[in-house]
Amino acid sequence: MTTVTAMPALVPMPVLLPLLGAALTLAFRRSARLQRTTSITVLSLVVIVAAVLVQQTDANGPQVLWLGGWDAPLGIALVADRLSSLMLLVSSVVTLIVIVFAIGQGSADDDDENGQQTPLSIFHPTYLVLTAGIANSFLAGDLFNLFVGFEILLFASFVLITLGGTATRIRASTTYVVVSLLSSALFLVAIAGVYAATGTVNLAQLAIRLGDISPGVSLVLQLSLLTAFAVKAAVFPMSAWLPDSYPTAPAPVSAVFAGLLTKVGVYAIIRVQTLLFPDSPLHGLLMGAALLTMVIGILGAVSQSGLKRILSFTLVSHIGYMIFGIALATPHGMAGAIFYVVHHITIQAALFLICGLVERLAGTTSLHRLGGLALASPVLATLFFVAAMNLSGIPPLSGFLAKIGLLQAGIEVGTPLAWLLVTAGIVTSLLTLYALAKVWSQAFWRSLVEARVAGAALDASDGLSRATGIEVSAVENGDLAGVSVGRSGDTPRTATIALDADPATGERLVSNARSLPPTMVAAAAAMTAVGLVITLAAGPLFAYTQRAAVDLISRQPYITSVLPVEVRR
Amino acid sequence: MSAAVATALSALTSATSAHGAVVPALIEATLRPSLTLVVVVAALVATGTSLILDRSLVRVLLGLLLIGNGVAVLFMVVSGTAGAAPFVGSAPPNEMSDPLPQAMVLTAIVISLATVGFLLALAYRLWQTSGTDDVPDDAEDAHIQRLAEARETSDTYDPSEVPTTTSDELAGDGLDGPPRVDDEIAGGGR
Repeated sequence: MTTVTAMPALVPMPVLLPLLGAALTLAFRRSARLQRTTSITVLSLVVIVAAVLVQQTDANGPQVLWLGGWDAPLGIALVADRLSSLMLLVSSVVTLIVIVFAIGQGSADDDDENGQQTPLSIFHPTYLVLTAGIANSFLAGDLFNLFVGFEILLFASFVLITLGGTATRIRASTTYVVVSLLSSALFLVAIAGVYAATGTVNLAQLAIRLGDISPGVSLVLQLSLLTAFAVKAAVFPMSAWLPDSYPTAPAPVSAVFAGLLTKVGVYAIIRVQTLLFPDSPLHGLLMGAALLTMVIGILGAVSQSGLKRILSFTLVSHIGYMIFGIALATPHGMAGAIFYVVHHITIQAALFLICGLVERLAGTTSLHRLGGLALASPVLATLFFVAAMNLSGIPPLSGFLAKIGLLQAGIEVGTPLAWLLVTAGIVTSLLTLYALAKVWSQAFWRSLVEARVAGAALDASDGLSRATGIEVSAVENGDLAGVSVGRSGDTPRTATIALDADPATGERLVSNARSLPPTMVAAAAAMTAVGLVITLAAGPLFAYTQRAAVDLISRQPYITSVLPVEVRR
Repeated sequence: MSAAVATALSALTSATSAHGAVVPALIEATLRPSLTLVVVVAALVATGTSLILDRSLVRVLLGLLLIGNGVAVLFMVVSGTAGAAPFVGSAPPNEMSDPLPQAMVLTAIVISLATVGFLLALAYRLWQTSGTDDVPDDAEDAHIQRLAEARETSDTYDPSEVPTTTSDELAGDGLDGPPRVDDEIAGGGR
């Protein structure tokens, strides 16, 4: 123990407070108001605790608590070092803002406040359990507790992703549930292997003992752990589940999933790579995975036409940047990866919240049908613009700084593979800009008439294709919507109808925009603003992530503060 | 896959003996894993894997359960030959079973219980909404399939092209219209 203060007592709070809150909100299920108050109070407290932990660990080194008062190597340790504390702070800020957004949405959906709707009454407890699971994963000082943290957040996420139980959500969540459970099974197999080879699951003890076992066995263990975490983090060959399952969830749920759940996987990869396998032979493999994740993910985003799917694919793609930083295994690469995680959590959550607002405003997220949003709601357009520019890395925003940090680290390493990844990183950034600019020009910039014509043409052609089995394509010509049947070589036969430019639709959109719940808009704005704060505080934050990266790579502060000298074997 | 896991695990446990100095006395028992248990793990995981590949969600649930049980048995392999019950004072410590894997398995079993509960609810809801517990095709997959059938994806996709096509059939195909390449140009994408 480095400090003899009361501070280690704070370490379990980010897990305990949400669990207590979950119990309370379950008891308060008849009163929506009490539920809201409890959730917001609990999550605000967690933000404060996490901020204190960041300050404490930065000043005094890792804070360790052995649960239940067992002696050092036997009990279950919770450890907050610089990396865990920072992840806790960012995740608690995001969960707080998202619950405010969800409350804004919920109270507008359910004006009579009878509190009888089941999805609403279970939302708060489940959400708080999810928060506890995320915090437990960040604080876990042994592999099995990490597994338990994963399971807590997974089961909460199962409930949240099937909220409402519509046919599409059940379909989409089936993929998510089965993939998650399989990766958990693989994680358990890996834990069994680790225990068989070393006789412990404590991370600090493993850090010492794994160096002594044979390289082949160590490689098997590392591969199985990395595979299990890569599924959670949606690294390329294991990423196919994500764009299928996230878009169907309610907006606040997909925001918190996109922001946090994949990052828990990334956190686990960072922890395992630095603490357990410092002389990893797998850097090349990770580099390759990072490359494919970036490029294939962003090509998916470019080819999609639904806003939620585009965002899901950019999410997958940008995981590649973090894996790139981890694979470099230099202090600068690791610091860049940590900074990128912080930036990406906030900005991806912000974009999903904005997407939720778009869906509420226009009733769809299909780019074929959206239009005229910039005119209808300039506030929403500004928020989307800032967040999109931030994600694609336009200077001087935090996305730019995060990417520069990673690219510099890559150039420092200077191997051909690192250069290839630097190039891929730049291409991915440009393609992200392209995908989001497409969203901007379709959904926000083009006129509503164009969007209506395109939508009508698409409806007609889809309906005809399905009914007749003949290929029918949509045709737009000014304010004429139509369909066209082209048989081999002939001039396509085209039928069009004129849509009256109904001014009422535009007015409806504008009045919808006026009646957007201010709480939701404020929450989305706050999330975007957090991205800007990260930009402003980039100097100190980068210095902090540098210190965290040095800690991770030297491994000493973690091991020495967890284990007393006499049990270091 | 399961057999590979089992092999890897026996390799792991034998590796421990090679580097026995590292391992504390309590774990010495793991040096002789039971082959029967390894076979049971392999059988459970293999059966589970084949069940997961089924369309029916209830079968998928059974598959996940079998895999979970397989992994639980794997922990028994890890904990080595069975010894005395690990109660303080009931036997000398080096004759006891290793209690830690049992504690872990207990946690894993509780989690399996939650899995069963949730997946049964999911399957029931699927049955309520669609009248069957077969997992339907993904909407996006179906859309891509339609595009492919409408010959909008690639020039190489051709459902009529089978390896046994005779020259007569090819000639007949030609009479129906010009080759597909023209089609792509004339029809245009949407």
